[in-house]
Amino acid sequence: MNDAAHWSIFVEAALINNFVLAYFLGICPFFGVSAKLETALRMGGAVSFVMLVASVCAFSINLLLDAVAAPYLRIISYILVIASTVQLVEMLMRKLSPATFRALGIYLPLITTNCAIFGLALFQTNREYDFTRSVVYALGAGAGFALALVLMAGVREKLDLANVPQLVKGTAAALVVAGILSMSFMGFAGLGR
Amino acid sequence: MNQPPTTDEFVKGLWRDNPVFVQVLGMCPALAVSNTAINALAMGLATSFVLLMSGISVSLLRRFIPREARIVCYICIIASFVTVVDYAIAAISLELYRSLGAFIALIVVNCLILGRAEAFASKNTVGRSVLDALGMGVGFTVALLSIGIVREILGSNSLFGIALFPDGFQTWTVMVLPSGGFFAMALWLLVVNRIKERQALKEPAQ
Amino acid sequence: MTTPVQQPVTSVWSMYRAIVGIGALCALLIVSVFKATEGRIADNRARFLASAVAEILPEAQWTLAVAVDASGALVEASEGAALPGYLGFDADGNIVGAVITGIGMGYADNIRLLYAYSFELDAITGFKILESKETPGLGDRVEVEPHFLASFDRLDASLSPGGDALANAIVTVKQGEKVAPWQIDGITGATITSEAIGRILDVSASVWVPALERDAAAFAGRQPHEEEQ
Repeated sequence: MNDAAHWSIFVEAALINNFVLAYFLGICPFFGVSAKLETALRMGGAVSFVMLVASVCAFSINLLLDAVAAPYLRIISYILVIASTVQLVEMLMRKLSPATFRALGIYLPLITTNCAIFGLALFQTNREYDFTRSVVYALGAGAGFALALVLMAGVREKLDLANVPQLVKGTAAALVVAGILSMSFMGFAGLGR
Repeated sequence: MNQPPTTDEFVKGLWRDNPVFVQVLGMCPALAVSNTAINALAMGLATSFVLLMSGISVSLLRRFIPREARIVCYICIIASFVTVVDYAIAAISLELYRSLGAFIALIVVNCLILGRAEAFASKNTVGRSVLDALGMGVGFTVALLSIGIVREILGSNSLFGIALFPDGFQTWTVMVLPSGGFFAMALWLLVVNRIKERQALKEPAQ
Repeated sequence: MTTPVQQPVTSVWSMYRAIVGIGALCALLIVSVFKATEGRIADNRARFLASAVAEILPEAQWTLAVAVDASGALVEASEGAALPGYLGFDADGNIVGAVITGIGMGYADNIRLLYAYSFELDAITGFKILESKETPGLGDRVEVEPHFLASFDRLDASLSPGGDALANAIVTVKQGEKVAPWQIDGITGATITSEAIGRILDVSASVWVPALERDAAAFAGRQPHEEEQ
């Protein structure tokens, strides 16, 4: 019973409460594949896609769990159903659209148990979004994830050429960049109304 | 693969293979609730508990679980223990439960837990798995707690909710915001790297 | 030392056995923990609510959960209602006020709060934030700023003559510009959060106050059930 406007849900998920920069969800792929712009774009696309699938799954599971009054099965059923659905989608994609599979497919197994996906499913349940709001929320979260990944990749490509002390190189530098990005994203707060 | 349990299984998680500072694993859901020392400690303990229990279960059942179905079995076991922790925290303190929010459930996707189940517990005896899980758990908790302490002192001039400096200083609000989590972790990484570097410099001299 | 040994082919039977066996163990574990903690969690919830009610509606001895149904009528709330309200009773069964849950988007995330409504004053007389992730030191000033809280001594929420809407929308104005009893004196530096509180109250009160004023009297004289606090 959340009646927030659709566009405000989108803006909130993509910018204000960006999954990576405000909730620290999906940091592993964020640092792992954000070294190149090209891979970052594809990873972003793949995550958005899986988020959409997961959001629909989570919404239906939740209906089912409410019907049988078994909230204690939420965690276990979310993770199992989302993981298997993504596997199914991956197989279908390989059969039906090999081109898309080549572009996104190799990332799919990586992100099935990604925290961002699972986090999305939990948050939309906690906020009691209806079906369209859940989908909009998933789209926003996916767009935000892709945006963060692409921005990060852009900065890191430049950073490679800069003269950084040996001690700071690698994860520490990436963390500081992420912190600064996170600060700048705070400027979006208050937009989503 | 049948060595007796050694203290090394425990100690390696504390420093050499510290899950956070060395392997940079399992930070995703944990960093978000490191804004106060209490939250960080609770999150660390909850994660350690799941790590320990799933380590024991996986190790006990390792002959029973066929290789092809192992991941789904591990996920099932981990998710059950996370559900247990979720309800246990709500029963202990509703206040704590609210401040940790959905992040308790997110322990399920902490890569550290599945990683240890797959890489260690599935191949070792219960005794060794317990030591490994305890070491990793303590290493994880200490790392998260040290991030939480820095963020709470600088961000709210308090520690474990107790005000620190009566005269006060302009608190660094940024440290309690999400970006503070990134900064505090970067800071600790630098400290750890620096110590490691000095150790490496010393060693050939001996 | 770990040369991969020839993996014996796993039979379908042993895979089923493992998955079903582990599933059964997990189900047993989850359900028993759920049953074991159920009572304590309910206790914790009730205690939390009681302490919040004691803070903003100290006259109430016990409360009854109520909800507004689709037709706008006040009904006794079913278990686990999303945004319940509570009627506060004194020891003699007189209704002393109502406490209502409101939710809305703040600066960073949803804000969930409880507010007290007084039938005698036709006004909101206090609020308590249950959940918020507002910026520490800025947004969370709504809980401590004296001039902001002063607006809640008696925040007018009287109904229009028709009785189906608020006479004046509750709104947060700029700091120092409050002129009417239905306005909240905002906080410079926490504009968005203080405006969000006004909006949450307005949205929630527009639904609840008409229902409360029309139907609450029917609940008068109730005595607490055994399990109610």
